[in-house]
Amino acid sequence: MKHFKENFMHIVFLVCACVCIVSVALICIFLFANGIPAIAEIGVFKFLLGTSWKPSNGIYGIFPMILGSIYVTAGAILIGVPLGLLCAIFMARFCPKKLYRILKPAIELLAGIPSIVYGFFGLVVIVPIMQNIFGVGKSILTASILLGIMILPTIIGVSESAIRAVPNSYYEGALALGATHERAVFFSLLPAARSGITAGIILGVGRAIGETMAVVMVAGNQPVIPEGILSGVRTMTANIVLEMGYAADLHREALIATGVVLFVFILLINLCFSLVKKEDARANRKKQPRSRIGKRCHQPAEPDAADASL
Amino acid sequence: MQAYKKQPLSLALLIAVSLAALLTVVILLSLIAYILIKGIPNLSIDLFAWTYTTENVSMTPAIINTITMTLLSLLIAVPIGVFSAIYLVEYARRGNKLVKVVRLTAETLSGIPSIVYGLFGYLMFSIALGWGYCLLAGALTMAIMILPLIMRTTEEALKAVPDTYREGSFGLGAGRLRTVFRIVLPSAMPGISAGIILAIGRIVGETAALIYTAGTVAGIPKNLLGSGRTLAIHMYALLNEGLYMEQAYATAVVLLVMVVGINALSSFIARRVGTKEEIR
Repeated sequence: MKHFKENFMHIVFLVCACVCIVSVALICIFLFANGIPAIAEIGVFKFLLGTSWKPSNGIYGIFPMILGSIYVTAGAILIGVPLGLLCAIFMARFCPKKLYRILKPAIELLAGIPSIVYGFFGLVVIVPIMQNIFGVGKSILTASILLGIMILPTIIGVSESAIRAVPNSYYEGALALGATHERAVFFSLLPAARSGITAGIILGVGRAIGETMAVVMVAGNQPVIPEGILSGVRTMTANIVLEMGYAADLHREALIATGVVLFVFILLINLCFSLVKKEDARANRKKQPRSRIGKRCHQPAEPDAADASL
Repeated sequence: MQAYKKQPLSLALLIAVSLAALLTVVILLSLIAYILIKGIPNLSIDLFAWTYTTENVSMTPAIINTITMTLLSLLIAVPIGVFSAIYLVEYARRGNKLVKVVRLTAETLSGIPSIVYGLFGYLMFSIALGWGYCLLAGALTMAIMILPLIMRTTEEALKAVPDTYREGSFGLGAGRLRTVFRIVLPSAMPGISAGIILAIGRIVGETAALIYTAGTVAGIPKNLLGSGRTLAIHMYALLNEGLYMEQAYATAVVLLVMVVGINALSSFIARRVGTKEEIR
């Protein structure tokens, strides 16, 4: 009887562990089964490279949306990465312990704010500011700024833990050679943390390209190829959320196909992420000094906390 | 300070990192302050009336739907997530192929954007199963979405339980199952609950995955197969209609306070676990 219970629960746990696999499989099956036929019907090149999206005329080209997603994501990276990386360096190596206790929860809070609230903030604060400065409120620039803010916690969290994972001997070696604290951090620790930081940036790209509600509010949503940084743009995510409500037949399937394209983008980004992370793990193993004389230096606790913000 | 005079680059770098940190905090504070200052004056008792009408866009139905949605999603995701973490940490052997696949798929799941979850939920639950827009479809979609989060936090909590606990339990003659439920799970509980609370925050703030699964009806559905909008969708709908900016401000305050509170609770619990471990 006891054995039966043990074995039974073993199987229950095993089945639960398989739910993840089943979910991913189901998501793939449902998306591809519904999206691929539409792509085939429209024509792969017409769909992916078609420059106009006019559902009422039966023209479905999502090239403007693909470009839109890429532009907005690139903009978010340009804004979010320098700011986030510098902030991560501050938190890992410059921050006094007392300040850290406030700063760390603040960054986590930034990660917890719902995207709709970010979108609202963008709509009522950033859009009017842009309107005053450039005469155009909703644009690639606005969306990039907002998304740049939104990916900050991801970039900061991952970069911080990557910088912390570099053995302290690197820092000490640089100091011994006469470098200042700043030079040691920037020119010795930072290059060593490179692959971890890259992983963080890739994660940020994934978040930015998949973001929906905030972008819908501030990007303007015109389904045309943007002319410049100040013209409005529609991303793939926005395309789905804007039109899914009333779409029917081929239009609906074209939207699902847009989701498929987005999904493929995300899968590629995920693949890059896991490759870089593997590389990072290998590099870290190599970096560990053979004999460690215990940890020194003022490292605040919870080096792994950054993982929680993924 | 004297030393920096000879090192202009170092000084510049120091200023750059400090400014970056300052700017981040300023952004966060201005966001919160703006929404609180603009929103709190718009909060009125009318906004918490029992029923939603076009004259008075009450958020009470949305709040109740949010709670239902949260409970339902947790009811589905927590047992599955905790059990699979138990399998990964306590049962699976080292180098098990299945474990690798589960980890990989969990990582994939956590990278999928919410709109794709929304599409999937719409296609599977609303269309293929014929449920239409309903709370249950939304809850199932959310359950899949928070599953990797719960799995990972539980895994970490289980791994943090010292092996001596398990050895002690085995030594006293307890089986593996009893060890897991009586010894390991209780001592990992704070870590697990911190993860669950984090998941609650996700559900409360989610919009894109729910619009086309739970729908946007502004009332409390009679049963789980009825459509109802959560607070985040309520806010989106108000913004979309464009007539209710003041109410949208008020909703933003409620949403923000809820999510901030939930996150604070989670990190409070997690920190308490941390200090306890140090004592150990």
